[in-house]
Amino acid sequence: MSQAKRPRVGLLATCLMNVFRPNIGFSAVDLLRAAGCEVAVPDSQTCCGQPAYSAGDDELAGRMARQLIEQFEGYDCLVSPSGSCVGTVRKYPQLLAGDAQWAPRAEALAARSFELLSFLVDVRQVDIQARYPGRATYHDSCSGLRQLGVKRQPRELLSKVDGLELTEMEDAEVCCGFGGSFCVKYPKISEKMVDDKLRSIGASGADTLLGGDLGCLMNMAGRLKRIGSKVRVWHTAEVLAGRTDGAAIGEEESR
Amino acid sequence: MKALPGSFDSRAEAALADPSLQKALANFKPLFVAKRAAAVAELPEFERLRDAAAGIKDAVLCELDVWLERYADKVESLGGKVHFAKDAEAAREIIRDICRKAGARTVCKGKSMVSEEIGLNEVLEEDGYRVVETDLGEYIIQLAKEPPSHIIAPAIHKTREQVADLFAQNHPGRPREDSVAGLVNEARHALRERFFQSDVGITGGNFLIAETGTSVIVTNEGNGDLTQTLSRIHVVTSGIERVIPTLDDLSVFLRLLARSATGQDTECYTTLSTGPRRPGDVDGPEEYHVVLVDNGRSKMLAGRFRDMLRCIRCGACMNHCPVYGAVGGHAYGWVYPGPMGSILTPLFNGLAETYDLPNACTLNGRCQSVCPVRIPLTDLIRTMRNEQVKAGLMPASQRRMMAAWGWVARQPGLYRALERLGSRMMRLRAGRRGALSSLPGAGAWTEGRDLPAPAGPTFIDQWKSRGREQ
Repeated sequence: MSQAKRPRVGLLATCLMNVFRPNIGFSAVDLLRAAGCEVAVPDSQTCCGQPAYSAGDDELAGRMARQLIEQFEGYDCLVSPSGSCVGTVRKYPQLLAGDAQWAPRAEALAARSFELLSFLVDVRQVDIQARYPGRATYHDSCSGLRQLGVKRQPRELLSKVDGLELTEMEDAEVCCGFGGSFCVKYPKISEKMVDDKLRSIGASGADTLLGGDLGCLMNMAGRLKRIGSKVRVWHTAEVLAGRTDGAAIGEEESR
Repeated sequence: MKALPGSFDSRAEAALADPSLQKALANFKPLFVAKRAAAVAELPEFERLRDAAAGIKDAVLCELDVWLERYADKVESLGGKVHFAKDAEAAREIIRDICRKAGARTVCKGKSMVSEEIGLNEVLEEDGYRVVETDLGEYIIQLAKEPPSHIIAPAIHKTREQVADLFAQNHPGRPREDSVAGLVNEARHALRERFFQSDVGITGGNFLIAETGTSVIVTNEGNGDLTQTLSRIHVVTSGIERVIPTLDDLSVFLRLLARSATGQDTECYTTLSTGPRRPGDVDGPEEYHVVLVDNGRSKMLAGRFRDMLRCIRCGACMNHCPVYGAVGGHAYGWVYPGPMGSILTPLFNGLAETYDLPNACTLNGRCQSVCPVRIPLTDLIRTMRNEQVKAGLMPASQRRMMAAWGWVARQPGLYRALERLGSRMMRLRAGRRGALSSLPGAGAWTEGRDLPAPAGPTFIDQWKSRGREQ
């Protein structure tokens, strides 16, 4: 697939991105095209089933998995700007292991599914031509980091952004307290965790927070906004694609 | 130990609102994590040791009955006595019986999580024995009449000031100490007397070695040694899963345990005990008993949580758990807190009674990434949620919501329409502010943070209307 001259990529438009941050989707399309891919956005896609899978509802998660496999198995690969959604797709083989018909299809799709930032380094090379004047710190979202090994790839890509200085925060690899439904089931604990994260962001001296998973970014941006912080929050893809003219995540539009 | 009163939620909220606890947690949190990382970085073979250790445990678990028999035969051939206890009550009775027959008055204890698990102290105290915890942390919480909040640092939730207050109340006639060194010295002084009076010494067992019939404890204070060498009778309490084949295997685990637990290369004391005192020995107990506790473990062997039996009780999972770091160990309500507890407690105490534990987890995977025996903790926590669902324990409201969402998510047209509607409503409400400070139905989100508002129509709608070109 990686050898294919112009691979056909099916973009998994995650639920959160689709509703809250379309700019990430367009950034992903730009970057994938710059990496020589043909991009399609399957119309019928809905959700990878992560909420059901995380809640332990394997039956429903399995049904969602079968639906998504059907929608995406016709492409050379599936790419998504979210470590946790791709992490879920990578769990499909385990989820459908008892199903002789679907297990091999799950295996085949999981093997061709990639998180966007690691795809742009490990599978396809991309020429980054973006400028972002600012001092940014990077939060390693847990699913991407620990399920998919996304760590060095975003940093490698960000090092090519003109004007951007990356400064590491303490505990960059510690959960921000989002955790999907965790943050609404245990809001007080989540708040404590995100406050710890905000302290690390503050101590880093960064004016910008970047990451690779919108759920985590919305959690941190929402808390930053609540306490009146001026730190700007972007998905890494937005910065890499140079789509940072508008408002950052949770920011007022007038800016 | 009985489960603590209240729900996880109520205990967690109390923990978050307790400034002393938060101070203690803030002090503790970075300590073990940084020390472990430094210790691991110095040992290039650490990852291979983890593989080896997991392999040894898995091999033993495949024929646990055989290894237990070998171990028991060896212990008995050396003059020791092995007792098998199928549950907590059986274990308590065995130990009460040993104490009764010994005509004991004072019982000293080295640290043993199994004795907490079976609720030993309470019954021995009811029987009229003076029971003395000799691990400093255990001693502190015994004085405070609290359960442990961490498996290797049981009093980690206490600040130095609180310990000073506690000692001042309990050690009359001594001037108040405030320094750590002073407090340690004070405890040492109080405990030393007890060691000399001890009739029965009860310790845990980190490892049981089948080849030699040896029990192994690791401590940092030497209290375990004093407990077992100065008492007339030594009782080892241990879970049945702690047996390993050989001394060579022990060396694998010892290289992992201290580094994972406290970031030390090795603990200060590693003590191997083999049988009672033989003729001609200068010390050692008159009687040597091992109480092997099943208490639900053999059931785990056959199920989806078998990997959990590899656990060597190092505490790395809770040291690295951000939820544990936020609320401390007591919120988990029983002996084993943190990620390991979120799996063990439901198995030991029932899925319904412990519903919150596996759910109060962000599935961030940090525990799993540091487990020295590669227990897939995060996966097992999720599997526990699946067990809850299968047992019909998911609350009805959540079940209905999940079913409705699942139905809609399989009707792409309807899903799109609802996304479109939601996006429009949130944008309308947010105006140009970019975020919502409240939203009906999203109160749990907005109580602590704003909700970034949708920035324009949905991606898929825009994608379509732009003719898929831009």
